[in-house]
Amino acid sequence: MGWLDANLLTMLNGLALAALLFLIAVGLSLVFGTMDVLNLAHGVVSLTGAYIGVALLDPATGTIGFIVAMLAAAAIGLVLGAVLAAVTSGVSDHLRQALLTLGIAMIAGDVLGEVFGSDVRSVPPPAFLGGSVEILGRSYPAYRLAVIVLSLIIGVALFLVLERTKAGALVRATVADRTMVEAIGVRSRLVLGGVFAVGAALATLGGLLAGPVLGAQPGLDNTVLLLALVVVVIGGLGSIRGAVLGAVLVGQVQTLGVSLLPDLASFLLFGAMAVVLLLKPAGLLPARYGTGARA
Amino acid sequence: MTRRTGRLRPAGVLLLVVILAAVPFLLASYPVSLGGRILAFALVVVSTDLLTGVTGMPTLAQVGYFGVGAYSAGLVGIHWTDNLIVQLAVGTLAAGLLALVTGVVAVRTAGIVFLMVTLAIGELIHQVADRLDFLGASNGLVGIPAGTLYPGGEPLILAGYTYWWALLVFLLGLTVAYVVAKSPLGLSMRAVRESPTRLRAVGQSTYVVRLVAFIIAGAIAGAAGTAWTAQTRFVSPGDLAFSVSALALLSVVLGGAGTLWGPAIGAAVVFLTRDWLAANYFTGHADLLLGIVFVLAVFLLPRGIAGYQLSRRSDPPHSGAAA
Repeated sequence: MGWLDANLLTMLNGLALAALLFLIAVGLSLVFGTMDVLNLAHGVVSLTGAYIGVALLDPATGTIGFIVAMLAAAAIGLVLGAVLAAVTSGVSDHLRQALLTLGIAMIAGDVLGEVFGSDVRSVPPPAFLGGSVEILGRSYPAYRLAVIVLSLIIGVALFLVLERTKAGALVRATVADRTMVEAIGVRSRLVLGGVFAVGAALATLGGLLAGPVLGAQPGLDNTVLLLALVVVVIGGLGSIRGAVLGAVLVGQVQTLGVSLLPDLASFLLFGAMAVVLLLKPAGLLPARYGTGARA
Repeated sequence: MTRRTGRLRPAGVLLLVVILAAVPFLLASYPVSLGGRILAFALVVVSTDLLTGVTGMPTLAQVGYFGVGAYSAGLVGIHWTDNLIVQLAVGTLAAGLLALVTGVVAVRTAGIVFLMVTLAIGELIHQVADRLDFLGASNGLVGIPAGTLYPGGEPLILAGYTYWWALLVFLLGLTVAYVVAKSPLGLSMRAVRESPTRLRAVGQSTYVVRLVAFIIAGAIAGAAGTAWTAQTRFVSPGDLAFSVSALALLSVVLGGAGTLWGPAIGAAVVFLTRDWLAANYFTGHADLLLGIVFVLAVFLLPRGIAGYQLSRRSDPPHSGAAA
């Protein structure tokens, strides 16, 4: 019990990081699983969300203001995702996709840096979540707990939509056999564009929610992109459950692992990823359908 | 198979080599030293293409092996001998050896998983360089003496001389890459990219072909690292950062994957955009310029720089990005 007591807050921090990483990474995973597009602009999409927080939030922001900011982030994310889907639709080769999306990311990152400056910008949590709560006799920021809960809700909702609704069935069918979906009269490009838009909206939302935890600064987009890529390949491309597991693992490695093994801190993340991939090349929980599992 | 690497016209190649060799006579000392660094980076990109374009194994680890070569050369220079040929040999061997050790497990994966494993290799090498004190940790390796070509010879200090050494190493590495790509082994490497199942069906092990390609590419990148150290006489962990690995891979795509000479030109375009155009005219906006170059290239040069000239050919382009 003593060990757990000493490390409880670190593990909670790891869960909060995992919650944010899940929101950001799940879009990357679904876009790759359904569209076979490796979207390296995903990090900058997420950073855009963080800067939306910089622009719209201040310490006095109430519940309504925070919900407005979340809706704004999601709406801008939808637009960014639709644009990215349109731009990448003619490029089927992974390497050229990488060149295109990383090029877009570099341009967008430069523009964001120009608009918001190169300094670290902190984002305040909304006023009603600004305090802390008692957990086993220790105080913990309420905002981080809220992030964990919200991410759980979104994750479950996403899973239900994908597994239990007709729209979800269409997405799964598109992953499994695009030609067949076309043959029964569905424009698969619309399905794919929709997945891209929703994935990007989750990334901007995740970026906005990450603001009060990670701040906003140039270069954060690359860090987030790398972490999200690690989450996605550890978990298994195109799989929601995989993204959950990958996010939890990466979150704990980055907090608990670093706190227990400070000397190895900088090796832990990529070391852990290499070990997982060499043991299970398809990831821990690969998608049960379609192309994601093949990669 | 000859056509895939582009046709070599002896007269054209000779002219290009003469122009490259004449650079120190034509330009001032700073552009010459920039040119020397471009040659070292271009050789890393050629090694990246040997895996990415020719063998169909997109990799982010080559900058790591480049670092192994660069640090090895520096350590040899500080602790043993300033002879550049010894440094070249040691750096190449060290990088090739590490490529063997890491490749044994890495090449068991393919596609995007291989890409992520090589990302891990590159980042782990980067972190080792950043942490180990005898490599100078985050300050970088300093105090590397100027190299000599033979025992008792004059140290190469002037930018022109170190440039020529870099050019020599670059031409050597490029020749090895070409010879490998055109050899029976190179044919097997293309087979790994095009149809690993058929390669297995005719009784060849794709694993061995992939591993050998990985070792050769690692060794070439190591050679490039020694050429880097010979000029800069300083190695920084920043030279091995993820951003450099990403630029090396993007240079391959920009230049035209699988052609070897195209990626070398792609490397020069990337390096000049970042260290000359952005540094002199658009300070602080290297990312913006590089981003514009990359996006334009995707739409204007669908087969890369090399494909622009070769676009009348009927065979489809190859990029080997199948995941």
